[in-house]
Amino acid sequence: MSTGLIGLAVLMALVTYPSRAIPLLAPGFDRLPPRALEYLRLVGPAVLASLAASQIFVTPAGASGGPTFHVGIEWLAVAASITIVAWRRNLLAGIVLAVLIVAGARALGLAGA
Amino acid sequence: MRRDLRQDVPALTAPSDTAAGPAGGLPPIDPGVLKAARRQLVVDGTGLVASAFGFGLVFGLTARSSGFSPIEAIAFSVIVFAGASQFAAAGMIAGGFAWPAIVVLTALVNARHLLYSAALAPWLRSQSFLKRVVMAHLLTDEAFALASVHFRRLGRVDPAGYWIAGIGSTFIPWNLATIIGVLGGQFIPDPRVLGLDIVFPAAMAGLAVGLANGRREVVAATVGVVCAVVIGLLVDSRIGIVAGGLIGPFAGLAIPARAVADAPLAEIDEPLDGGMPS
Repeated sequence: MSTGLIGLAVLMALVTYPSRAIPLLAPGFDRLPPRALEYLRLVGPAVLASLAASQIFVTPAGASGGPTFHVGIEWLAVAASITIVAWRRNLLAGIVLAVLIVAGARALGLAGA
Repeated sequence: MRRDLRQDVPALTAPSDTAAGPAGGLPPIDPGVLKAARRQLVVDGTGLVASAFGFGLVFGLTARSSGFSPIEAIAFSVIVFAGASQFAAAGMIAGGFAWPAIVVLTALVNARHLLYSAALAPWLRSQSFLKRVVMAHLLTDEAFALASVHFRRLGRVDPAGYWIAGIGSTFIPWNLATIIGVLGGQFIPDPRVLGLDIVFPAAMAGLAVGLANGRREVVAATVGVVCAVVIGLLVDSRIGIVAGGLIGPFAGLAIPARAVADAPLAEIDEPLDGGMPS
């Protein structure tokens, strides 16, 4: 059984781990000023919303060209999901609703996979 | 989500190993409240388990079709444990790219973890160095999202909650599915057909809503979205995500603090209130 790619996995881990670990392990983060702590508190909503928006609206660059703007059933599904989460405070219900919308639309031929 | 779990008191001062930390200046937490918060964490993580499992299967299948042996595919999921860069690497290996190019791309794709780590550092500073070493390896989009909301909900750090988010919701399903995918992937349906590709963005959006409990958070999230889309279209979606995570908080800070939820962390010293009606 081939094991040659394990070396690549180790190299990939070596460049990934510092970004995960440095702020967690650096002692200076114990003594950040309040303004910096407040900034870090806002990173959560900003980066999570960015992740969601990027997944929904931006189709990554492919062989045919650069990134493209995409508005499809995914937008509607996530909007419905957000509404449920904000209203009922129930993330799982929101996710299930989003899956049902997308799977249903694709099964009916209303949206592509 | 129970109303008796505070979401607006991000106190970061519990140095003990458990959520109940009288030595840290916070009163012991009501076990019922802690249990309810962890139950909510598990429920929130259920959808992400399905997502991690579905795409772990696809990664296993992709790895096998790219020429990985089972042990190599498993090594990727255990050692790297970063889905997007694993998929990219599998594609690049199949395309004959050299290792240095794959390693550089991996560093770029995973740079956003720096933001997660920095945002969680104040919460986890009370944990031992060794624990933080392990916690860092488990830090993914999903673990960050679930843990952030859980800590905020409790108003203090809960190490067990982090393990639930990092191991239970992501590491185990991702690695289990990789094994199944690489060994028997031909029998697996495409998660997109089942609509599972929407789980990740829906979960991230929903968890962002859970964190957006003040004007500053809403502004940070909104500006983050605009930056992520615009820069993602102009440059690259991965750079757009990092830019949104970096620029959005600056916009939030520009909004004057108003309520408790908007107050700087250092000015908040309220304990968890476990007696609010649900």
